[in-house]
Amino acid sequence: MKHYDVICIGGGPAGLAAALSARENGAKHVCIIERDIELGGILQQCIHNGFGLQVFKEDLTGPEYAQRFIDRVRASDIEVKTDTMVLEIGKDKLVYTVNTKEGYTVLQAGAIILTMGCRERTRGALVIPGTRPVGVMTAGAAQRLINIEGYMIGKKVVILGSGDIGLIMARRMTLEGAKVLAVAEIMPFSSGLTRNIVQCLDDYDIPLLLQHTVTNIRGKDRVESVEISEVNAHGHPIPGSEKEYICDTLLLSVGLLPEIELPYAAGIVIDKRTRGPRVNESMETSIPGIFICGNVAHVHDLVDYVTEESERAGYYAAQYVLGKLKENNGFCTLAGEGITYIVPQEIRPENCRDTVELFFRVSRVYHNVKLVLRIDDNVVKTYKKRHFAPGEMERIRISRDIIADTESVKLDIEEL
Amino acid sequence: MGVKVDIAIIGAGVSGAAIASTLSQYDISVCVLEKSNDISNGASKANSGIVHAGYDAKPGTMMAAFNVQGNAMFSALCERLDVPFTRIGSYVVAFNRDDMKTLEMLKKRGEENGVPDLEILSAKVVHINEPHLNPNIIGALFAPTAAVVSPYELSIAFMEHAIDNGVQLYLQSPVQNIIKENNAYKIITPDKEIQAACVINCAGVYADTIHDMVLPSAFHINARRGEYFLLDKYAGDIVQHIIFQCPSDRGKGVLVTPTAHKNIIIGPNAEDILEREAVETTVEGLSEVWKSALKSSPELPENQIITTFSGIRAEPSSGDFIIRDYIETPGFIDVAGIKSPGLSSAPAFALYVNDLVQKYFGSLKQKENYIQGRRKRIHFHELSHEERREIVKKDPLYGRIICRCENITEGEIVDSIHRFAGARTIDGVKRRARCGGGRCQGGFCGPRIIDILARELNIPKEAVCKDSPESRIIVAETKGNCAL
Repeated sequence: MKHYDVICIGGGPAGLAAALSARENGAKHVCIIERDIELGGILQQCIHNGFGLQVFKEDLTGPEYAQRFIDRVRASDIEVKTDTMVLEIGKDKLVYTVNTKEGYTVLQAGAIILTMGCRERTRGALVIPGTRPVGVMTAGAAQRLINIEGYMIGKKVVILGSGDIGLIMARRMTLEGAKVLAVAEIMPFSSGLTRNIVQCLDDYDIPLLLQHTVTNIRGKDRVESVEISEVNAHGHPIPGSEKEYICDTLLLSVGLLPEIELPYAAGIVIDKRTRGPRVNESMETSIPGIFICGNVAHVHDLVDYVTEESERAGYYAAQYVLGKLKENNGFCTLAGEGITYIVPQEIRPENCRDTVELFFRVSRVYHNVKLVLRIDDNVVKTYKKRHFAPGEMERIRISRDIIADTESVKLDIEEL
Repeated sequence: MGVKVDIAIIGAGVSGAAIASTLSQYDISVCVLEKSNDISNGASKANSGIVHAGYDAKPGTMMAAFNVQGNAMFSALCERLDVPFTRIGSYVVAFNRDDMKTLEMLKKRGEENGVPDLEILSAKVVHINEPHLNPNIIGALFAPTAAVVSPYELSIAFMEHAIDNGVQLYLQSPVQNIIKENNAYKIITPDKEIQAACVINCAGVYADTIHDMVLPSAFHINARRGEYFLLDKYAGDIVQHIIFQCPSDRGKGVLVTPTAHKNIIIGPNAEDILEREAVETTVEGLSEVWKSALKSSPELPENQIITTFSGIRAEPSSGDFIIRDYIETPGFIDVAGIKSPGLSSAPAFALYVNDLVQKYFGSLKQKENYIQGRRKRIHFHELSHEERREIVKKDPLYGRIICRCENITEGEIVDSIHRFAGARTIDGVKRRARCGGGRCQGGFCGPRIIDILARELNIPKEAVCKDSPESRIIVAETKGNCAL
């Protein structure tokens, strides 16, 4: 059985950064396993710009951003297995893989880093009534068909959900000659980045219908129309507000979910709020030696944050392999008033480097509030904020020194 | 095009396919005419997938007799034809004393129908065995012979077995008229005329239309729509048995059950509709189903819904199956009004139709090279480590996972395309190999399946359809496409 110090499962931005970091921090034999035929993950179909502003201080396209890491991996001795699927991982850190060339193979890892990314919520999960014709597709699937395969999937389009992929696809479909009639968003705010609303909708006069949702899909073989209704404060459609949009395509950009098949089957503890596994400061899951980062841990807004988080996971996976990671119990981070979740969910201060970074999301839009950091119930720091939105992942760094002997760290949103 | 056959079966749903499979053992020519572009594209593709025990139907009806007889045939049948099937048993749950009386009545009726091993369970036993059910349930009728089957896979397996044994299937062949000529029937479709000595009408919701082409009108088929939820396998442990509520005059009510593939299915309601193919879901229908199901189990997880759909049942005006021949039109056989428990009864009434056919033709000669079973399919994710190693060595396509939700390999998809009665569409692949039937609903594997279908069928990618011939996924190339 072949042995690796670190195996990264998934060769998208998380896997690439984690593998490089693990190798650079002392893991000798590192392997990336990727199910697609090339590295880069979903970045390869994200041909728009806006990537790398944080990490490289440059404005790159998805493939360009990915290539920077692919080049580094290719220049290293990191082994890459593409067109290879991981079917199962065990507590003993066995990795069961299959591909067409080597067949069904079991690999032994010293540490595993899970970097499988996320998947899109579908029509079914939303329970949109109506017929089931062709022409209803997730925005990401459409993006793959258009940008990778080179095929158009419709001419008159309605988009449900104003997440970033939905916004990007509104522009992409328009550039390819389709007419995008509207982007409907059930919430009173978009979960997409402001720059995407400006550059993808406003610049093309595509209306963004806030507090609207699709309430019916019509058409026998192909979508013939969709019905859009206004919703009330609870998100329920308001009777009488229905409006029919004649179209042949409905794209869905209604949320991303961590792809947790492997950790779930391995018995790793899943956090109900992030819908990804619980992690500690090292991005280690409930099974020691199995790490996780990127969108499979929790869905990020920016690939730059994925890269940073993954470099951290790679570092700690290497520490684990080198026997330097301390597996004591830590304390929990507590998501208080107005906070949906905090990652990591647990912190073991003795493993922290100089600082520890807390990622979090807020539960609704806030204006002119303060974020309060409490350690053992004492207010340690407050951050005044003019604006918080659930669509924007927030982060703060706290120094290791102030959490050395604590029992809890809590974040709350409070009135100024 | 003119074709002459001994027997023409109209409709490739579970009834037509079961009868074709049964008749394929004889040395006669049989063809099946199907109006749509795949097998199992009507009532047989969207239903609860239950093999009922047989206590529902009134004693003396065809439904009662065929259900109990059919149920007993399923284990061997599904083994022989390689169809997903599990005998998980059913509970009819009671919430009050009136319901308990209904359970007693159902038990008595079931025993009269010949259903084995029916038992009324106490609340305690019910809640131990099914901890997620409503705590207010005070008892249940347990029917251990009830089972779950994949209804479309059963229909496809029947048809594939029939074709393996020489039956001819004509898809996209809607019957426009039937003309009686001397001792035969001339069946008119848009592109052919089929002369058949014997015609078997298995046309589902259109069985009355077909009947009326040959005989005076005698019955009417109402289309009754039922809406369903399908939950992720992650919700799979919410119930272990098929959970029914007490039946009403509208049918057996909303059930909650694991499917043959270990998802959870919830439904159906029952709504009479005018248009016979109106298979949309509705806000009202879905909310009625969900509310009703919550009564059985208040713990149903809404966030595990992966899809919703609706199906059509053929509700006969007579209230019972109409399976018979007619003195005035020898050789014409109706298999009509096949509502629930039609799926459960299909193997049994196929034998009955077999007898009617034998009566008409005199004795039929057995085929010499008759193939009993169907070539086993490979389910990569169910294989042992050793078997996985072997199969990928033999055929490397089994080493490429296409559907990551269900871990379906390219080998399985290619096989589903190249079998007799193979997949021609995205939905066809889904019904045969399960790609796209999981939680991503084809989001990941969809584009890859387009590629595989185009390659294997040697057609352009633009010609690949989701379902009907008008449901092309790709409408054009992109502006700058020079990839191919």
